[in-house]
Amino acid sequence: MWNALHSLSLRQTGIAKAALFVAALVPLARLVWLGINDGLGANPIEFITYATGTWTLIGLLVTLAITPLRKFSGWNWLIRLRRMLGLFAFFYACLHFTTYIWLDQFFDMQAVVKDVIKRPFITVGFLAFVLLIPLAATSTTAMMKRLGGRNWQRLHRLVYTIAVLGVVHYWWLVKKDITQPLIYALVLAALLGIRLIFKARVGIPVVMPGHKAELE
Amino acid sequence: MLIKKPGELQTADVTPQEIYLQRRDFMRAGSALAAGLLLPGMAQATTRLTGMVKSRYSTSEEETPYKDVTTYNNYYEFGTDKSDPAENAHTLRTRPWTVSVEGAVKRPRVWDIDALLKAFPVEERIYRLRCVEGWSMVIPWEGFPLASLIRQVEPTGNARYVEFTTLHDPAQMPGQRSGVLDWPYTEGLRLDEAMHPLTILAVGLYGQTLPSQNGAPIRVVVPWKYGFKSAKSIVRIRFVEQQPKTAWGRAAPSEYGFYSNVNPQVDHPRWSQARERRIGEFFKRKTEMFNGYGDQVAQLYQGMDLRKNF
Repeated sequence: MWNALHSLSLRQTGIAKAALFVAALVPLARLVWLGINDGLGANPIEFITYATGTWTLIGLLVTLAITPLRKFSGWNWLIRLRRMLGLFAFFYACLHFTTYIWLDQFFDMQAVVKDVIKRPFITVGFLAFVLLIPLAATSTTAMMKRLGGRNWQRLHRLVYTIAVLGVVHYWWLVKKDITQPLIYALVLAALLGIRLIFKARVGIPVVMPGHKAELE
Repeated sequence: MLIKKPGELQTADVTPQEIYLQRRDFMRAGSALAAGLLLPGMAQATTRLTGMVKSRYSTSEEETPYKDVTTYNNYYEFGTDKSDPAENAHTLRTRPWTVSVEGAVKRPRVWDIDALLKAFPVEERIYRLRCVEGWSMVIPWEGFPLASLIRQVEPTGNARYVEFTTLHDPAQMPGQRSGVLDWPYTEGLRLDEAMHPLTILAVGLYGQTLPSQNGAPIRVVVPWKYGFKSAKSIVRIRFVEQQPKTAWGRAAPSEYGFYSNVNPQVDHPRWSQARERRIGEFFKRKTEMFNGYGDQVAQLYQGMDLRKNF
């Protein structure tokens, strides 16, 4: 079983991808289901905002976990799931942002602009969302080729900043109990720490024939 | 085809007020009962309160459904999620229960809760409640003016503030095992705020004794201040000379001031207080100065800078 996971055929990777796609839609399906069945509690808008925000953060962290997992396990096929995961993080971020603009503020753009400028937690959240847009826009293979591998990689390193901003956004909005944001912060610190260790240990990336050097 | 003109309203067409009020009571008792029956696993050991007097201080705004009032709570002693208190508060034992009234008073007294309930006639107060987080409810409380109790103990000249203390017992209150706040929860009012006729000690809501998650068996309700000023499950009321330290004031002094009057012009450092979402409504509404009780309470703060004394 373990060995079977070591190298997947393209078809098997496709199956894994399809399974992951369905799994990533479960949080949205749950919200719809709860919405239909009056299960969103006394403050449904708050519930939806919270849930979509949570899944954005989880999406980002899972995306960032791909490279370390791949390095530790040697399962190179994991890299084929990364783009989809990143796009799902963006998808939930869009839902989160839309909930805020539409359901929470009801397109009161004056209030939104004031909020974004005046409130640090909204500012960092908004910034994280804006930075996600170029990453989503350049996620296609064609865009990768147009930018060239190096530039593309440089641009996509923004994801580290985005993840930090996302965790800070969560941290600053809770009234007092920072247990949850702390968990996200620790996971993120571990994921970024691993990268630093690799970088220090590896120094100069070894380029395998037929492989691009990857040091993310 | 005969087209009927809409006629004038006859006196007979209008529902008499007492019938209308009875209807409201009937609906309300029904919804409370239904909620009690339909919420499995919730400690619904509430009993019916009778002989309530209506109050001129009540609002006629639409009441927040019983289910929302009793399942969407901030009560950190039972957890920090809104749904935690309703799930965890069943461990609170509300009998035996005493409330110690002490400090700068001529006649301190330790009240047994049942004696306290007999001593002061309970009336209904339908109040708006505005939480500092930007949501609000309309809740039909049952209680009596705190002033009635204060007059009984006769505060001395040194009594300038009143301090309220919530029960501290991690065995009954699992949230107290975490250090999210400094336990016990304390709150305070200036003596004239405490004596104000709007300030009540609530012992029930929706015609039933208070559910544990709403602060059973007895709590303060100060309707023109943010919700956290209304301390729950009170065991001690102390009269003091110095402004008491409050739980939220200790936790974040720049965010939760001693006065914490509802004020749309003074934002919380991290969010706006200009608007609020009334639970059950889709659109936000404007937040009113003093939560709409300005006519009654504004004179308490004459000459005070409310931005500084937030």
